[in-house]
Amino acid sequence: MFSLEGITTNVQDWLFMKFNPTIALAMECVIVILLSISLFAILGLVLVLMERKVAAHIQIRLGPNRVGPGGMFQTVADTLKLIMKEGLVPELADKFLFNLAPFVVMMVGMLLLAPIAFAKNFQIWDINIGVLYISAVSSLSVIGILMAGWASNNKYSLLGAMRSGAQIVSYELSAGFAVLTIVVLTGSLQLSEIVKAQENGWWIFKGHIPALIAFVLYIIAVTAETNRAPFDLAEAESELTAGFHTEYSGMRFALFFLAEYINIFIVCAIGATLFFGGWMPLHIGNWEAFNHIMDYIPSSVWFMGKTFALIFLIMWFRWTFPRLRVDQLLNLEWKYLLPISLFNLLLVAVIAILGWHF
Amino acid sequence: MFLKEYLSDVVNGVSSLLKGMRKTGYYFTHPKEIITEQYPDNRATLLLSERFKGEVVMPHDANNEHTCTGCTACELACPNGTIKVVTKFEVSPEGKKKKAIDALVYRLELCTMCNLCIVACPSDAIKMAPNFEHSVFDRTKLTKVLNQPGSKIREGIE
Repeated sequence: MFSLEGITTNVQDWLFMKFNPTIALAMECVIVILLSISLFAILGLVLVLMERKVAAHIQIRLGPNRVGPGGMFQTVADTLKLIMKEGLVPELADKFLFNLAPFVVMMVGMLLLAPIAFAKNFQIWDINIGVLYISAVSSLSVIGILMAGWASNNKYSLLGAMRSGAQIVSYELSAGFAVLTIVVLTGSLQLSEIVKAQENGWWIFKGHIPALIAFVLYIIAVTAETNRAPFDLAEAESELTAGFHTEYSGMRFALFFLAEYINIFIVCAIGATLFFGGWMPLHIGNWEAFNHIMDYIPSSVWFMGKTFALIFLIMWFRWTFPRLRVDQLLNLEWKYLLPISLFNLLLVAVIAILGWHF
Repeated sequence: MFLKEYLSDVVNGVSSLLKGMRKTGYYFTHPKEIITEQYPDNRATLLLSERFKGEVVMPHDANNEHTCTGCTACELACPNGTIKVVTKFEVSPEGKKKKAIDALVYRLELCTMCNLCIVACPSDAIKMAPNFEHSVFDRTKLTKVLNQPGSKIREGIE
């Protein structure tokens, strides 16, 4: 059966056989960098197209359908246009920070790829504090956004960046608590351990209602963290033109745009790993035959399927729900999500201690 | 008591959001609901709203007769001088003189499709037609005479 695990071990064995360990390691790094950059590029194209198609069908439209079969190459054409456009820097902007900001935002996305398990034993870095690493690094993206807003020397950009800061800092809390419920159930921060713990059923089924509540809280919080509608106050077309990336054009704008979609992919991948078992096929308790059939579907297909299902859910939110005001946004977090997630964490702790989960 | 209100708030909010998601989910899974017209491709089967206002026309029946009496109500109603009614006197076989239209001149380039002339017309002689492909290279072509050559007023219309 096709497996990514075999390919990685083969490549590693071959490299270490041919070269000395230092050079082999360096070459592995280069391969990983190339793979993650190409993953980013492909994801950007696929997700933007998917968003436009989903939006169109939800709004009873057709969406892009002229470039290529079914509009498949629309985003490729858009990217080519963006590459050829002039990248304008405002005269009074802080040139260094202005140019640095999109790369900071992208770098955060790249760093977050490291601990994600894409398939069975296919992981860049199986760090033993994976969940902590993810919540620590994902909050760095606010620095890039603040940098962009500040360096643009534009009131809309600054306001958008400040709103984004307030939003990310507050929603990080409930996202963190939602993640913690699964950590409490698993007893480990390592992502491979969390996936392994779901061998006989995903946490969303095994963890009863608290896991379900945690999942809902997680989805709400990450929608806010990625600055997407209905929480798109950082961009807020109707009030702030485009928020923190008002002054960006050409490829720098494309990087921000790409980073938004990469962040969606990453938070959905983490959500799939924590609540839906990552690459783990759908296993039900002791049904040996059923479990065996499910194992025949490659683990990478399971992972991508779950991740894209969650991405679709977030897109569905975006094209259904009305936007929130800033005060409503903060009310939702501090008056509803945070108390509920605190209570939920307590409930999960009781369940985990008494062993009530399956 | 406070807790009860708080929880009912949460339940109400979640259920109303789910209601919205059900609606959009229905649209997403039912492509036959799509209302996009792929216009230049489907010119033959284009579906337009009944109330679409594209230009003023004067319907004629099979005998090349219209119902315009030449009362100039449309000309008076028009806010920007789009319509000009040119009248003439027809002499009936009994020797009676009767007012009739010679030409109802309609200048499409001035028309804002406000529908006031159609509302003003006492004999329903003119109506809005769903034509919208009006572009021409010569603007004099936009000045149209709505009554067909040789047409006359239908019997019994005063």
